[in-house]
Amino acid sequence: MTSRKTVLVLGGSSDIARATARAFAKAGYDVQLAGRDAAVLEPDAADLRARYNVEASVWTFDVLDTVSFQDFVSGLPVLPDVVISIVGLLGLQESAQSDLDHATTVMRSNYEGPALILGLFAERFLARGTGSIVGVSSVAGDRGRASNYVYGSAKAGFSAFLSGLRARASRGGVHVVTVKPGFVRTRMTEGMKLIGPLTVEAAVVGEAILNAVQRQTDVVYVSNKWRLVMLIIKALPEAIFKKLKF
Amino acid sequence: MTLVSGWGRFPVVDTDVLRPRSFAAIGDAVAGASGTVARGNGRAYGDAGIGAIRTVAMTGFDRARWFDPVTGRIRLEAGVLLSDLIDTFGPRGFLPFVVPGTRFVSVGGAIAADVHGKNHHCEGGFGRYVDSLLLRTGQGETIEASREQNSDAFFATVGGMGLTGVILEATIRLRPVATGWIRERVVSTSDLDAAMRALDAGDSATYSVAWIDCVARGSELGRSLIYLGEHAGTGELPHGADAFPVGNDPGLAVPVDLPSITLNRYSIRAFNELYYRMGARRAGESHLVSLFPYFFPLDSVGGWNRIYGRRGFLQHQCVIPEHGARDVLGDILERVTKRGDASFLAVLKKLGQGDGILSFPMPGYTLALDFPMRGDVLKFLDEIDRLVVAAGGRLYLAKDARQSRATFEAGYPALQRFKAIRKSLDPAGKIRSKLSQRLFDEVQP
Ligand SMILES: Cc1cc2nc3c(=O)[nH]c(=O)nc-3n(C[C@H](O)[C@H](O)[C@H](O)COP(=O)(O)OP(=O)(O)OC[C@H]3O[C@@H](n4cnc5c(N)ncnc54)[C@H](O)[C@@H]3O)c2cc1C
Repeated sequence: MTSRKTVLVLGGSSDIARATARAFAKAGYDVQLAGRDAAVLEPDAADLRARYNVEASVWTFDVLDTVSFQDFVSGLPVLPDVVISIVGLLGLQESAQSDLDHATTVMRSNYEGPALILGLFAERFLARGTGSIVGVSSVAGDRGRASNYVYGSAKAGFSAFLSGLRARASRGGVHVVTVKPGFVRTRMTEGMKLIGPLTVEAAVVGEAILNAVQRQTDVVYVSNKWRLVMLIIKALPEAIFKKLKF
Repeated sequence: MTLVSGWGRFPVVDTDVLRPRSFAAIGDAVAGASGTVARGNGRAYGDAGIGAIRTVAMTGFDRARWFDPVTGRIRLEAGVLLSDLIDTFGPRGFLPFVVPGTRFVSVGGAIAADVHGKNHHCEGGFGRYVDSLLLRTGQGETIEASREQNSDAFFATVGGMGLTGVILEATIRLRPVATGWIRERVVSTSDLDAAMRALDAGDSATYSVAWIDCVARGSELGRSLIYLGEHAGTGELPHGADAFPVGNDPGLAVPVDLPSITLNRYSIRAFNELYYRMGARRAGESHLVSLFPYFFPLDSVGGWNRIYGRRGFLQHQCVIPEHGARDVLGDILERVTKRGDASFLAVLKKLGQGDGILSFPMPGYTLALDFPMRGDVLKFLDEIDRLVVAAGGRLYLAKDARQSRATFEAGYPALQRFKAIRKSLDPAGKIRSKLSQRLFDEVQP
């Protein structure tokens, strides 16, 4: 029997997920990678085994297929010590304004699915009396913006879910982290105009998540500058905010 | 289209930059246009890593496939950076056999340039530790090449500057090490003769390199600090020291282009004087240094290429065969000191035989100099090239942005063989870089 800890990464093939899995594996965790297409994750699992001499496995998980969640959780051979949801879908705001299917997919991918799956793990962790739950939300959820409020509102729901869960779970020895990465240089943001000083590499997010779990932080803005930026943005009166092109 | 340049920031060229996410997409990128080349981490100084039309960025391919901790063999995607390898496998007791002066280069770039380190005189270049590689050719095939299998493709790819195709993966051997520390000995020498003698005497050292004060002139011409190094064992570490030191991220970064006026003969003179005196003070007894400052002294200043201002700079790195090298090197240095605007970085080291058909190293001395891009520097370097060619030497393609076809052809007699192999791998000429266009592609009508 190993006494090693295990981390489950949901949404395993994104750049942030890869970086996060590496950070945890480097710290000695065995890794379960879960994503829509498990075969795609196999090279990442091999990478973790080769680099860090840990165990790494891949699992099929579709965040929109909520019916499968119960089986997914009970199907894992080891209940992980840490579960991290990095699932998300930026979508296209313009399409989401009129295309209900698209809007629904964005909402479900960023709120319904992640909240439900983490909720299930929370029950198991509480029964066990230990565990860390990490939800990657977004600064976009701190205030709805004209340019991406469908995505932002789902992230807002997810953030609220996590803070409520945190309040409840902390009494049962389970720790909940909300991560708000801000701008990250990834495939999702490729070609977008990012503000240099506010933009971080995926590896920095991975380290920040590991740190938050180790130090039991509640809410992490990956770049501290974002905490300040969002403080100001949240404080702006609605009358002014709605006039800003933002 | 995107404006792209190498580390020297000259030339700046318009090219499509693609970031494929799969090997299949790399194949599509190559097939889709005539004039594509792979790019690693952009640390080549000139136009080698820029495609004639499109450039395929490889750093997203950064996974290890497997690692054998007994033999130190590892299979990697070509975009893995040596810095990543060092950080990940150093603490496990393994380092790359060969590292260049910056650790921020990719495995693909290190193979394509067959990079040399401070140990080339005794241990050879990066290519020597490549067992096999997976190559996507211009013809659209994906082949495994090694010394035994597809050996022509293998030896043309090592040192082939990306022109045989895109390296997708490589199996390389890592060096077992006990610690991440180097036992360093600094020798200070008063002139060029002494410097070359000290390098010769350092032949038995695993690592050796000379930093030349190229401001000193007259009887002090070529005065140098020679850095010799050996891997330190665990027993040599002071009590409580970490067996593997941490490589810090570039802390002090140069945030903006400095006006090129900051770099003048006075500031360079002051810098060289200071550097020489500080080094000379450390000369004599050997001492332990972390591998990071030993191998990668410049990496601690992020974006130092901006020191040279917006117009960029040129590096001139030649190798001169051993016989008669003293006179040629003396001549070059004299002209450079007379000119007065080179160079923070003047490095002299000994090389052994290269491994690839187009590899830069040959037995002899290599001298690397930096020149800010201004005034008549291009004409001046042409003059230096004539000395190099007359001495039977050549220039390093990974550092080059301006040599002429004639200089290149004189220095690389195996070019015809390379071209023939390239043609067989890529009959339609899909793979082409700005460098190959400049130096040896058939001129297109
Ligand atoms: C500060 C500094 C110090 C240096 N010191 C040394 C030194 O001591 N010794 C030395 O030998 N070099 C040295 N170099 C040069 C550097 O090692 C080489 O230029 C190296 O090739 C850079 O690797 P890269 O990944 O950045 O490749 P790039 O600069 O992006 O590309 C370099 C070449 O490799 C090819 N290439 C890259 N990836 C692939 C791939 N996957 N498949 C096929 N071709 C590919 C490109 O087409 C191009 O021709 C130094 C450079 C700097 C900036």
